[in-house]
Amino acid sequence: MPTVSAQRLAEVFVEMADTLVDEFDVIEFLQLVSVRTAELLDAGAVGVLLADEHGDLQFMAASDEAAKLLELFEAQHREGPCLDAFLSGTTVFAPDIVADSERWPLFSQRAIEAGFGSVHAVPMRLRGDVIGALNLFGRRTGELDGGDVRIVQALVDVATIGLLQERAIRRGEVLTEQLQGALNSRVVIEQAKGALAQLRRVSVDEAFALMRGYARSNGRRLSDVAQAVVSDDRSGVAALTGE
Amino acid sequence: MPGSTDRENRLGRLCRAAARTLPALGTAVTVMTAEGVQPVAVASDPRTQALEEQQFSFGEGPCVDAFAERRPVLEPDLGSDRPLRWSAYTPAALGEGVQAVFAFPLQIGAARLGVLDVYRAAPGVLSATALRQALTFAEIALRILLDGQEGATTDRPVEGLESAVESRSALFQAQGMVMIQLGVSLTEAMSRLRAHAYAHDRSLGDVARDVVARKLELERDRT
Repeated sequence: MPTVSAQRLAEVFVEMADTLVDEFDVIEFLQLVSVRTAELLDAGAVGVLLADEHGDLQFMAASDEAAKLLELFEAQHREGPCLDAFLSGTTVFAPDIVADSERWPLFSQRAIEAGFGSVHAVPMRLRGDVIGALNLFGRRTGELDGGDVRIVQALVDVATIGLLQERAIRRGEVLTEQLQGALNSRVVIEQAKGALAQLRRVSVDEAFALMRGYARSNGRRLSDVAQAVVSDDRSGVAALTGE
Repeated sequence: MPGSTDRENRLGRLCRAAARTLPALGTAVTVMTAEGVQPVAVASDPRTQALEEQQFSFGEGPCVDAFAERRPVLEPDLGSDRPLRWSAYTPAALGEGVQAVFAFPLQIGAARLGVLDVYRAAPGVLSATALRQALTFAEIALRILLDGQEGATTDRPVEGLESAVESRSALFQAQGMVMIQLGVSLTEAMSRLRAHAYAHDRSLGDVARDVVARKLELERDRT
């Protein structure tokens, strides 16, 4: 993996801090973290999973939201590096998925089919709790070197802190409120993908791209656009839904 | 709605069980019906019911906020909350001996059905266990409300709700697609998916996957 310049790293952290303004969109923020982590470490794909109240990992955001990748992230609520990182609270390294396929037979098979050679998972820690994990897939086999591990850890820390930034940290309750809200926002996005795919007669992947493009070019939050797509009155997003 | 008495009986039992388990002074479920229609409250006891219903006349309170914000509202110390988050509701709750209130929305994404409110006589946060239990009661309440929907099968739950489904994203995508296909609400779309899975003895996840792959389109008539 390439060496990351300190300059570029600083830019990314500033960009993330800039995102953490009032009323920011948690899903968009985690997506930004995923995209930048993938760029900085030249990873094939990066995703973030958070635990729900049952301790089940739920997909929240990724550098690329193709349906095939989503399946790979979601499969890890049963087995996989993210589940192990979440349960153990330590970083899980699998530099060669094929050689490591006994650890997670079903997950490994899917990861190999998706064209990945290596996978790593870093727990997201907040105070004493592990709240989720960041997942890093490499196209080729290979270790993460010490410098890369530190960079990923720093990005994961920013992602974790970001989850709490929407309102001032009053007390522990905010985390529950925030996590539950974020988990539900992700569900709204999936519902909107389906609705838009049906309205526009496109695939769900294309529907997501349309939604994101619309949110960006109109300066609106992705979650708000998704909400509008599944609401009774879609007139506010008629240009998107084609109605 | 037919069967609403049965639904309210089930919700009443749930509220009493939740009040005993957590434990709490009282718990209530507010069922949001159509927009502009007065919501219906079911509670563990008459005093909690009255307090719950006051939120509708005040137009403010934890239930109102949890519904609007689509996430839990946890207020462990109403007495020391300054400035007052709810200027009319908080004094009323304190007057009824309530010092802490916790509200959990009953929802699946954009489909919102109601709120579970937990009232406690002593200030203090919910323990991790109590919080998990409260969220589980909220999930059961959600299931009772979903089972009471048009087109739902009430005799047997299809699966342990969404959590049992392998690919949740596909399930919610299918829900959005069915909403448009059939011109129904998101809530009813989920009921239709569940009813279809039940009628054809298939898993909810498989049905959802076929809908997203456009191999299956649910009939406009009830399955």
